[in-house]
Amino acid sequence: MPSLEFGLDTFLPVTVDQDGLPVSGDQVIRNTVEEAVLAEAVGIDSFNIGEHYRTEFMDSAGHVILAAIASRTERIRLGTAVTVLSTQDPVRLYTDYATLDAVSNGRGQLIVGRGSLTDSFPLFGFDLADYEELFEEKLDLLVRLLREQPVTWSGNFRSALSNQFVSPPIPKGHIPTWVGVGGSPQSVVRAARFGLPLMLAIIAGRPERFAPYVELYKRALEQHGQTELPIGVHSLGFVAETDDEALKIQWPYYKEQFEWAARERGWRPPTYEQFLAEVDHGSMYVGSPETVAHRIAATMHALSLSRFDLLYAVGRVPHDQRMATIGLYGREVIPRVRELLAAADEADRAPAAGVRT
Amino acid sequence: MTVAASALTENPAGATRPEVDDLRLGIVGAGKLGTTLARAALAAGYDVAISGSGPADDIALTIEVLAAGARAATTDEVARHADIIVLAVPTHRFRELPRDLFAGKILVDAMNYWEPVDGDDPELTAAPDGTSVIVRDHFPSARLVKSLNQLGYHELEENRHPRGAPDRIAIGAAGDDRLAVRKVMRLLDRLGFDPIDAGPLTNGTVLEPDGSPIATTYTADQLTKLLSR
Repeated sequence: MPSLEFGLDTFLPVTVDQDGLPVSGDQVIRNTVEEAVLAEAVGIDSFNIGEHYRTEFMDSAGHVILAAIASRTERIRLGTAVTVLSTQDPVRLYTDYATLDAVSNGRGQLIVGRGSLTDSFPLFGFDLADYEELFEEKLDLLVRLLREQPVTWSGNFRSALSNQFVSPPIPKGHIPTWVGVGGSPQSVVRAARFGLPLMLAIIAGRPERFAPYVELYKRALEQHGQTELPIGVHSLGFVAETDDEALKIQWPYYKEQFEWAARERGWRPPTYEQFLAEVDHGSMYVGSPETVAHRIAATMHALSLSRFDLLYAVGRVPHDQRMATIGLYGREVIPRVRELLAAADEADRAPAAGVRT
Repeated sequence: MTVAASALTENPAGATRPEVDDLRLGIVGAGKLGTTLARAALAAGYDVAISGSGPADDIALTIEVLAAGARAATTDEVARHADIIVLAVPTHRFRELPRDLFAGKILVDAMNYWEPVDGDDPELTAAPDGTSVIVRDHFPSARLVKSLNQLGYHELEENRHPRGAPDRIAIGAAGDDRLAVRKVMRLLDRLGFDPIDAGPLTNGTVLEPDGSPIATTYTADQLTKLLSR
């Protein structure tokens, strides 16, 4: 079996305290550092921070938070989920993460994407009409900076580089960079064309329906002469001691979060039945460690994944309960998923063994 | 030409012979929605041509894997391929298409305008009679019908059922060209949804974000009730 990576993702939602009152943004940021320190202690492989520019999320400068985490940890990988590359300067992104990689002794990683929200476009003065072109061009420059310097490059959206070294240098292969895809086939093909691993964000519906995207990615890698590369999934979830407790804690915050999104995007707010359907066979990994482990293992097996990132605790779930989820995910869910996948692998091989006798 | 007798026997002339449907469909946009619709149409027996924003080669592999049997084409070819064309491009990009590209064709506007995703577009934000009126004004020679915009792509994928199935869900179609609306309704039925006539194009506002039916899986009765409010 290839080596498996189990990560945690967070957008640093402004949580509430036990009285239901909002926690201040700076406290949310410090709490997140504690959450990441616990994540390492319970054996989780990576901790990854999103990028948003809105009042409910405190993840606008993830690299600073990751650097703070780096100084408190030794082993856990530190990355993004996702970096909105379209509105970043790839040179600045490189310097931030090459520096993070240095202070963390080689633990930096990235997931880059176009982002499903576009707040950063007006904020940084980019035109949404250039959505596609911006990402393509910036990914090209970032990949060059990461793979080989000096870089000579020119594009439409920033000044050209000529024989440019950008410091600090990184050892070859450092800062593994994944492309985050929300379901656009062209983005899947692009990841393959650049020879970058694929991270699928699946936030609703049956995960199995992404199997054709996995197939498309593998075929596109072949077509572009690339070697086989890992595939991961980012989904949402919450773990508690029992299924009932997990549902009871997560539902009100999920409801609140999706009601806000519904108001903004004109969706219908979710019903409890829809939430339960997502938990039962969709893309919400909510329940006891055993329940969540079975669902994660099923998704990883069905889609041939080697990485699974859990966006833990949807909405304003208090810090204490976020910590409890991290503890259960690291101590119980991940070891159990590894067991289940090893057993599934063995079962896959069993018919061949039967033929031999 | 692929043809089939429509199961809906009523026709505009009121004659008794069954209407014959042209089972060809064009789809402009090879993203999530376009490829999902292509799969649905292939399953319903349609001959499908689909285009992205560039040369056909750019989407050839995508179509081969995600919608095997559909033909990857240029947008010009798609416009010539069929009488019904579904427009499934990002909303902030439809104005890049030539105004007379779909002259005489039934053009299904499957797009939604979401400011957080599409950016601030003053014309679409104002749109007192709905965004499809703006789309119609951009393509004045097309027969515009608003439909297939109501469901998320995974809902479209997971909720197609044969006629009469108890859990079959409904999709509305709004447009001023009544014959065009009827043809789109037959397309909806073949794809696996109960078609609901949502009235003239300006009624399309109720099918839009902030309107009641968006991103919901209503039955025909429920959707009819909502639309008549």
